[in-house]
Amino acid sequence: MPIEEIEREIIEEFELFGDDWEGKYEHLIDLGKSLPLIEDKYKTEDKIIKGCQSKVWVQSELKDGKIIYSADSDAIITKGLVALIVRVLSGQTPDEIVNAKLDFINKIGLKEHLSPTRANGLVSMIKQMKLDALALKSKV
Amino acid sequence: MATSVMKAKNKNLLRVEEIRRDFPILFRQVNGKELVYFDSAATAQKPQQVIDSIKKYYEFDNANIHRGVHRLSQDATVAYEEARITVQKFLNTKSAHEIIFTKGTTDSINLVASSFGKKYIKAGDEIIISEMEHHSNILPWQMLCEEKNAVLKVIPINEKGELVLEEYKKLLTDKTKIVAVTHVSNTLGTVNPVKEIIELAHSKNIPVLLDGAQAVPHMSVDVQDLDCDFYCFSGHKLYGPTGVGVLYGKEKWLNDLPPYQVGGGVIKTVTFAKTVYADLPLKFEAGTPHIEGGIGMAAGIDYINKVGLDVIAIYEHELLEYATDKLSRIPGLKIIGMAKEKASVISFVIEGLHPLDIGTILDQQGIAVRTGHHCTQPLMDHFETPGTVRASFAFYNTREEIDKLEAGIMKAIKMLK
Repeated sequence: MPIEEIEREIIEEFELFGDDWEGKYEHLIDLGKSLPLIEDKYKTEDKIIKGCQSKVWVQSELKDGKIIYSADSDAIITKGLVALIVRVLSGQTPDEIVNAKLDFINKIGLKEHLSPTRANGLVSMIKQMKLDALALKSKV
Repeated sequence: MATSVMKAKNKNLLRVEEIRRDFPILFRQVNGKELVYFDSAATAQKPQQVIDSIKKYYEFDNANIHRGVHRLSQDATVAYEEARITVQKFLNTKSAHEIIFTKGTTDSINLVASSFGKKYIKAGDEIIISEMEHHSNILPWQMLCEEKNAVLKVIPINEKGELVLEEYKKLLTDKTKIVAVTHVSNTLGTVNPVKEIIELAHSKNIPVLLDGAQAVPHMSVDVQDLDCDFYCFSGHKLYGPTGVGVLYGKEKWLNDLPPYQVGGGVIKTVTFAKTVYADLPLKFEAGTPHIEGGIGMAAGIDYINKVGLDVIAIYEHELLEYATDKLSRIPGLKIIGMAKEKASVISFVIEGLHPLDIGTILDQQGIAVRTGHHCTQPLMDHFETPGTVRASFAFYNTREEIDKLEAGIMKAIKMLK
C-alpha cells in the first residue's frame, strides 16, 4: 500500500476518537502490541536509538528492493508511536522512505511526541530509519 | 518554631487561593484541562509582581548600567545594585559585593570550578562531591579533574537517599582541596546536613561550595550561619526570571580567585602590556549583564519575603506529608527518597511501568510532572531505574491538586497495565 494511503487509514482511525484522549491513547497502546518485534539478538548497543528517557531499537532489512523494519521500545506509548511509523514505512522502497514527510502524526494530534525536546528518541529513530534505507538502497 | 507551627495550623496564615491569583499562568488550560503544575523544581511560576517588574524596567528604566552618566543609566544602575542588596539580605552575607550575579547555578559552579581549579588544583589533588549531585555539580569538577589529573571522590548515599556521613569523614584527607555538595536534592528532596558537612571540612581547612538551587525556594538560608565558602542558586527556581542566578563567595575567596570570563566591565585599567582588574563584584561580572533578570529576581525574593519563608516551609511540608501519604497507598508505587528531612519533592516509580508513559498520561490530564533522570544519572544508577516521575510542590499548590494527581496516577496505571 502506498504511504499516503496508509497515512489516510491511520488518520481515519484516530478521527473516530475525536476529543477522547483516553480512547486515542488506548488505541495507540494497542497498536504497540502489533509492532513487528526486533529479535533480541539485534538489541545491541549500536541498535539503540537513545532518547533522553525511553529506549528504542530499530532493525532494517532489505527484501526484494523494499525495506522491512522491526523495532521495540521500553515505553509503551513510544512503542505505539514506533508501530505507527513502522506501519507506514515498512515494505516501502528506500526512496519513498527517505522522502516520507510523516505529517500524519501531526494530523492525529500527536505531534508533541515529535518535538525536538521530546525525550523519547522518535525524531532520532525516524532519522535512523531513513539513513538505514539510504544505506541499504546502495545494495539494491 | 513551636509558635509558628501553632500559627500555621490556622491555615489562614497562607491564603493559597489569594496567592494563586497572583500567578496568572496557573489559570491556563493544558490539553483542555485545568493546569496542575507540579514541576516547580524544574522552574517556578512567576507572580504578576515579577512579570510587572520586568515590563516596567523595559518601559521606564532600561539603560546600560555601571557605565553612563545620563539619568536613565544612573537609575538602572541603582535598580540593579538594589537588587544585589536584596540578595545580600536574603542570604545574610556580610557585604553586597560578595554577591556575584551569574547566569544561574550551573554558571556559578562553573565559575568556581574554573577559577578555583586554575589556582589551586594540581595532579593528585582530591575533590569531593556526592552521589546525589545534579550534573551541574558533577561535570565542572569532573572536567577539572580530567584536565589536572586530580581525583573525584563521591560521598555515597543510603537507601533512604541520605548522605552517609561516616563515609564522608573517611573521604576527607590532606589531599582534599574542596567539597561541593547540594543543599537539597532535586530528585530526592533530601535536605543535607550541610552545617555538619561544612564543620567537618573546615576542621581540615577545606572550603565548601553548596548548590542551593533547590533550597532557597523552600527555606531560609543564612550563609554566615552555615559558614559555607560558596553558595549558588538560580533566579528562575525562586519565582524570578530565567538566565540569572547568584554566586555568593566569602570575600577572602572572591578576592583571591582569578577572574573567570573577562571583557568589558571587569577592569580598572587596560593596556596591551597589562590589565588591572576591578574590585568585587565587578571582577566577576563581564559584559552587560541580564539587568532585568537581576531586577526580576529581586522582585521574586521580595514576593516570597512578603509571604514569609517560614510560612512557606510549613505549608509545603503539609503538602509533602499529604502527598506522601496518598501516593504510598497506591499499589505498586514506590517513593524514591525517604530521607528524614525533605523538601517538597516526591520522586516515584511504579512497578512494570515506564516513567515516560506515566508522565504522558498525566500530561493528558493537565498534570505537569517531570520524568526521567532529572540530570542525576548516577542517582538513577544507584536506584537501578532509568528514571522516576517527580512531582514537586510549591506554595501555590493545593491539596485538591494532589487529589487530582492521585486520581491521575490511578488512571495511568489502569491504561498502561
